[in-house]
Amino acid sequence: MVASDAKMAAQEWSVWYGATQALRAITLDILPREILGIIGPANSGKTSFLRSLNRMGELNPRFRCAGRIWLDGKDLYQGLDSQQVRCRVGIVFALPLPLPLSIRENVVYGPRVRGIRDRRRLDQLLEQSLRAASLWDEVKDRLDLPAMRLSGGQQQRLCIARTLAMEPEVILFDEPCSGLDPISTAKVEETMVQLKSRYTMVLVTNNTKQAARVSDRVAFFLMGELIELDRTGVMFTTPRDSRTNDYLTGRFG
Amino acid sequence: MRTRPAQNTAATPHWRRARAVQRVAFVALGLSTGLVAVTSLVVVGIILARGAGGLSWEFLTAMPAKGMRAGGIFPAIVGTLELVGLTIAFALPMGVASAIYLTEYAADTWVTRLVRLAIVNLSGVPSVVYGLFGLGLFVIFCRFGTSLLAGALTLAIMTLPVIITASEEALRSVPMSFREVSHSLGASRWQTVRHTVLPLAVPGIMTGTILGISRAAGETAPILFTVAAFYLPRLPQSVFDQAMVLPYHLYVISTQIPNIPQTQRYGTALVLVLLVLALNLSAVVLRARFRRRRQW
Repeated sequence: MVASDAKMAAQEWSVWYGATQALRAITLDILPREILGIIGPANSGKTSFLRSLNRMGELNPRFRCAGRIWLDGKDLYQGLDSQQVRCRVGIVFALPLPLPLSIRENVVYGPRVRGIRDRRRLDQLLEQSLRAASLWDEVKDRLDLPAMRLSGGQQQRLCIARTLAMEPEVILFDEPCSGLDPISTAKVEETMVQLKSRYTMVLVTNNTKQAARVSDRVAFFLMGELIELDRTGVMFTTPRDSRTNDYLTGRFG
Repeated sequence: MRTRPAQNTAATPHWRRARAVQRVAFVALGLSTGLVAVTSLVVVGIILARGAGGLSWEFLTAMPAKGMRAGGIFPAIVGTLELVGLTIAFALPMGVASAIYLTEYAADTWVTRLVRLAIVNLSGVPSVVYGLFGLGLFVIFCRFGTSLLAGALTLAIMTLPVIITASEEALRSVPMSFREVSHSLGASRWQTVRHTVLPLAVPGIMTGTILGISRAAGETAPILFTVAAFYLPRLPQSVFDQAMVLPYHLYVISTQIPNIPQTQRYGTALVLVLLVLALNLSAVVLRARFRRRRQW
């Protein structure tokens, strides 16, 4: 079933890397302007699913897929061009990965490769994105310093700003706080919640508490299958599947 | 050496033997290193001692005279520089382009593996074979005649494997994650190469290229049949002209002409060595400068 009001939807979506199957017929909707959390133990297919949503998975030459993914009712893998998809569906990786360029160049990288040359427009995007990622005040005086000089948490917010500068519609977060200390984590989470009014977001996380804090709905993945998907409150209090309950109570994973 | 008291464990036969072996290994390794250093110092020292006296402004800027027994080596220096410049102009774009294709575009199939194997093998081909190849292809078949063009193309083909291998190495050393980030920001494959991968690989590519070229600059065999003039007391007017070049000039005055003053010969050798040294030094400087600018 694909709900007509879904921002994105997966239908019977399966992924293989070589002979190993990573995802088994996943069907789920992502609603506009929600934060969908995806939790599950290691090797449950969370990241594979996330990377399917903006066609990053296919950069791996062993990647094969079946099923369909929709973005605003268009087939992601047939109706759209992969570069276009990645502009509309941005991703923030697990480790903060600034390119070895200046702060400014990192943020305007996306707009530049999309062909925006006008300096005023680029500067405007730069400030707007850094403000939205709550990094502007910390870096506005040193925009031309190498991005690698920033602290880990600042680097991760820079990566968020860099994604925002592409003016995407959906933002994917792949364990965005796995390398960060609690204070930086709180700042990143705060940023995500602030962004909710404008963006649809998917958050893959190993940290069930983070999913509980940030997301509106939570999906539980296990061994490449979608076990359960529900509103966060319901999922964390009365999970329907015993395996979800086992995972949430820390009996495995 | 300081002796420490109460080395009970160190005194067991096992430890004593290990320490003896270590000492022997140190001495052997040190001697080998010393031998290499001494050899290169002696070579440079002899050339310096016998050639430095021949170096003068006139030697560097005058035409050869009296059947090359006197005068300068100006045309040979200019010829060598022009030849090296042309070689870079041919080899660098082609080498870097192939390396980019091989690392960034080509899938890992048996064809690309075969191509790679061929490239590696090319670097093992003796230089005189390149010379004959250049003679056959460029001088005779392409009708370039004995010319700077034919010589530069021959040297370019000889240096290509070095440039391709070094460039591939440099491109591959750029972390995969940077490519992913670039793709995730909507960049195409080419934009990723152009804006992310290539800038980071440039120092490695430059170093490899310069080292390859500096080796080519000292080669005699490949230019023997393709460009070198025995005696030509004027500068080449176009790429279709013959030219005097340092390595061949050195060979000629050392073996073909009797009664040449020693300073003439060693002076030429010294200029050649200095030229190659300058090229290598520029590689080192370039690398250091790039390294300071980009860090990750």
